[in-house]
Amino acid sequence: MASDTRMNDVREDLVVVPLSHPWRWISGAVIVLVLAGLGWSMSEAQIQWEDVPGFFTHPVMLEGLLNTIVLALAAQGGAIVLGVVVALMRLSANPVARWFAVGYIWLFRGLPVLLQILIWFNLALVFQNISIPGLFSVPTNVVMTAFVAALLGLGLNESAYMAEIVRAGLSSVDEGQTEAAKSIGMTPLTTLRRVVLPQAMRVIIPPTGNNFINMIKGTSMASVIAFTELIHAANNISSRNLEIMETLFAAAAWYLVMVSLASIGQHYLERAYGPR
Amino acid sequence: MALVEAIGVRKSFGHTEVLKGIDLEVERGEVVCLLGPSGAGKSTFLRCVNHLETIDAGRIWVDGVPVGFRAAGGKLYELRERDAARQRRDVGMVFQRFNLFPHRTALENIMEGPVQVLGRRKAEVGAEALALLERVGLAEKAGSYPAQLSGGQQQRVAIARALAMKPKLMLFDEPTSALDPELVGEVLDVMTSLARDGMTMIVVTHEIGFARSVADRVVFLVDGAVVESGTPSDVLDNPQQPRTQQFLAKVL
Ligand SMILES: Nc1ncnc2c1ncn2[C@@H]1O[C@H](COP(=O)(O)OP(=O)(O)OP(=O)(O)O)[C@@H](O)[C@H]1O
Ligand SMILES: [Mg+2]
Repeated sequence: MASDTRMNDVREDLVVVPLSHPWRWISGAVIVLVLAGLGWSMSEAQIQWEDVPGFFTHPVMLEGLLNTIVLALAAQGGAIVLGVVVALMRLSANPVARWFAVGYIWLFRGLPVLLQILIWFNLALVFQNISIPGLFSVPTNVVMTAFVAALLGLGLNESAYMAEIVRAGLSSVDEGQTEAAKSIGMTPLTTLRRVVLPQAMRVIIPPTGNNFINMIKGTSMASVIAFTELIHAANNISSRNLEIMETLFAAAAWYLVMVSLASIGQHYLERAYGPR
Repeated sequence: MALVEAIGVRKSFGHTEVLKGIDLEVERGEVVCLLGPSGAGKSTFLRCVNHLETIDAGRIWVDGVPVGFRAAGGKLYELRERDAARQRRDVGMVFQRFNLFPHRTALENIMEGPVQVLGRRKAEVGAEALALLERVGLAEKAGSYPAQLSGGQQQRVAIARALAMKPKLMLFDEPTSALDPELVGEVLDVMTSLARDGMTMIVVTHEIGFARSVADRVVFLVDGAVVESGTPSDVLDNPQQPRTQQFLAKVL
């Protein structure tokens, strides 16, 4: 029978020829060549590489770094709190709250961050005072510093994204979990805190980590209103010595350091809330 | 007075009336099995008893307290969710799909209610929770997460979790329907011993054998109404209503 002969053939000692992968070798070689070329042109470029470390630790640069970190953390932290609130409104039984949440997300997600920062910063042009009648009143230009304007612009925009992320996370938790929590007498708040949120975290953390990395870089937009974050700091330094590229590279190195640290933090958070 | 008194309970979802005036009394220590075809409203009724659904008409009293209301000055005030939660402490519920908290171990699942809801001390609750695990035959699984347990084991932990609140009444909604046949027995054994210990139970089930041997009373529900009710031997062996006869002919 035909199948029998084939079986017999296989039983002979046949030499195995592994599949060769010529394209892996070729494409690998091309990548190495391109990188070598880039490295060579960098070393040939008109850059004072030896000045970069100095700018990296320049006091003005460090002040910019600190401001960038504070702004990013404050904006992201505020956005998470607001995002949870708006997500809860979006999911609530109250139709007014639901519509408010939809409108909130529509507005703050719909406008460019840069535009929002500029609007907050220039608020004093249209509202001289910020006040609640009978309670307090303060001049707008005293309150609306560059930091506050950047915080509002970045934080409110981010809170709209966080609301959607949190909503997706909360909705991903099975209805049966809430019912089980109710059946042992948990109040809605305890149910949220002990049962729903911890499980929603698995869905919430990865996109929040991505957004935070974006937030770190997004703080650079505050440079347009002269807030001394990293880029504005770099410009301050280079406006005196004209070493524009060198200071920008030093700032770039700080961004990469911050983003790397954020990625590592995200990794550990994801592991802490990972599946059991 | 009976532990559970349901009078004229009605419930609609949209335009479909799912419960059409249910009357049911359950005495202390009594085990009542709810039987009936799919869509009869068995789950819905059970959920109403635990106020997971609000009822449109009628009244349910558990241990003299109107479910979902506070009686004062001849009026019934609808409860806020916080206060409704307080009422649910006294009623345990076991679900078809277990609904254990997946991010907590078996022991933590059981401790969650007493610690978070009753505010009791962890050390003291831990010992009780271990004793409960022992009672459902899972002492060695204390540190396991739900995903590491079989369906039958998860359901037994779920029963222990409900018992940890020391409920006056236990509700079971098809507790064995999601289980492989060989795991059904271990869960029914736990429920049988619970019944023997005097727990008041309302059990929705398709396990006729369990109803026959454990139930004090069998209630047959069709299309949101009680069709027939009586001792297991009356209803199961000698059904009077044609709907009951049809259903039993299919199930047995
Ligand atoms: N939340 C809901 N919204 C709309 N309809 C519902 C809802 N819950 C239940 N129903 C409907 O109510 C009817 C009774 O449902 P219920 O789950 O109480 O039946 P059951 O007797 O438990 O059936 P089964 O044996 O299939 O579990 C069904 O027609 C169902 O579709
Ligand atoms: Mg059901």
